[in-house]
Amino acid sequence: MRSTVWLDIVIAVAAMAVLLLLPLVFPGKAFSDFMIRLSAFAIFATSLNLLVGYTGLVSFGHGLFYGLGAYSFALMMQKLGTSIPVAFVATVGVSAVVATVVGAICIRLKEIYFSFLTLAFQMLLHSIIIAWTPLTGGDQGLTGGVPRPPFLGIRLDDPQHLYIFCCAVLVVSLFIMWHLVRSPFGYTMRMIRDNPRRAEFLGVHVWRVRLLAFVVAGVFGSVGGLLMSLFVSSAYPDFAYWTVSGEAVFMILMGGISVFFGPLVGAVMLLLLNDVVTRVTEHYSLMLGIIILCFALGLRKGLLGFVLWAWARRRATAN
Amino acid sequence: MLTVENLHKSFGGVNAINGIDLEFGEGTLTAVIGPNGAGKTSFFNLITGAFAPDRGRILLGTDDIAGLSSPDIVKRGIGRAFQIASIFPSLTVRETILGAVNTHRGWHTKLRRRFPLGEANAQADEVLELVGLTAKAEKLSGNLSHGDQKLLDIALALALEPRVLLLDEPTAGMGPEERWQMIDTVHKLWQRKRMTLIFIEHDMDIVFKYAQTIRVLSYGTVLAEGTSEEIRNHPKVIEAYLGTAYEKGRG
Repeated sequence: MRSTVWLDIVIAVAAMAVLLLLPLVFPGKAFSDFMIRLSAFAIFATSLNLLVGYTGLVSFGHGLFYGLGAYSFALMMQKLGTSIPVAFVATVGVSAVVATVVGAICIRLKEIYFSFLTLAFQMLLHSIIIAWTPLTGGDQGLTGGVPRPPFLGIRLDDPQHLYIFCCAVLVVSLFIMWHLVRSPFGYTMRMIRDNPRRAEFLGVHVWRVRLLAFVVAGVFGSVGGLLMSLFVSSAYPDFAYWTVSGEAVFMILMGGISVFFGPLVGAVMLLLLNDVVTRVTEHYSLMLGIIILCFALGLRKGLLGFVLWAWARRRATAN
Repeated sequence: MLTVENLHKSFGGVNAINGIDLEFGEGTLTAVIGPNGAGKTSFFNLITGAFAPDRGRILLGTDDIAGLSSPDIVKRGIGRAFQIASIFPSLTVRETILGAVNTHRGWHTKLRRRFPLGEANAQADEVLELVGLTAKAEKLSGNLSHGDQKLLDIALALALEPRVLLLDEPTAGMGPEERWQMIDTVHKLWQRKRMTLIFIEHDMDIVFKYAQTIRVLSYGTVLAEGTSEEIRNHPKVIEAYLGTAYEKGRG
């Protein structure tokens, strides 16, 4: 068992090494910008999949934490002048508290009622951001930039350093979430997703596990928003708008809901689509809608889910 | 071991359970029978906390568990299997049992250690062996046959090492041969574990062969209780449930 943990660490270190070497192959700024956005969205979508794919809680309002993470971090850096590590930890703390309160209310409801209540909380944050102009800058977003003072020799105003930092946060976040879904808690989440009633009759306090999952997902969702605010050196109301949650759902759908790395693959696909399609047509939404429709109708397992399924099937046939 | 006193539960205007008093001794094997709508499953639901009773006490030993939540009741030692197998379709058989073992041992919210925990494996193996699912341990639960799913449902309850095990129609939906295999397995489990086992069953041949005592429910009340012989010849039971045809068939 211990050896598998070490194997995971070796894989994570190898993945980090590959990410560090990639700019040598793709030296342009466009690539590093893409990877930073990917880090933010991959963490965000994977955290949502902890709820949707692993616990059976379809949240339409996960963008609440994306927006909260972005604004908490940016405001702490801008108004309080704290160091980046302190603001990082404080953002995680704020998100955990908010997720506990929101989760305690939402998880009492089931299915579509849960989904809509989470969406309502997200739109509540969005409304607060729009209305509280003196603090948040209203619909213009935070103006004046987010200070990025150096810490431990890391200068996040240097694009290279920012790239490395975001990749490191991505790898560490995915590593932690991967271990979480492989832990006894992860299996309890899957039991609840499959059959919450049966889980209760095994002694599981379903709402407690759901709340813990909600908080963990919220915390990682906020880390995604935090990275984005570092990247754009600001925070905008759009970060807390419902479309952000929709994008994460699309990423999960496109990559694969039942595979841990599905949302990561989905994030790559959606961001690539975004970058490519917006260059060739202004009807981005229409194109995206058609592509999502194709996935929903023809590739329900998502791309990675389908590939793994086909591979397993081929192996079974060969045996 | 398990004592039910003056238990009442109504749903709207329907009195599902209407003043039941029953006692189940430690290590006994009891069948609960009765016509459809007699309140058998409601009785199990009240004991396991699916519903809170309107009135009455449910004593596990000296501990009143009436109105507690299902998880709290399970932790006090009551396990349950369902009429329609209630499993986790996307987990393998082994993962399912390991999940139950983890829950029983309070490990199910551990975030740090990897699953499965080594300590849980031995117990899971024992449970799988008990119900004869060792060879199917790596199969997805949702892909098992109906009979195996029922066994897995029972295995889930067994993994909790219950003091009282409630089985709601363990042979429901099975063919004649499979029924006898299932009840034979259940009987062997009971002999080996010696927990208090209460099962609901409609097949009277099975009930009369295996149950030490039989409790007959009708319209939410206890119509009769006794041994197989006593119940078989009980005029009220014949009238309300067994029917005269059963009596003639015996003759």
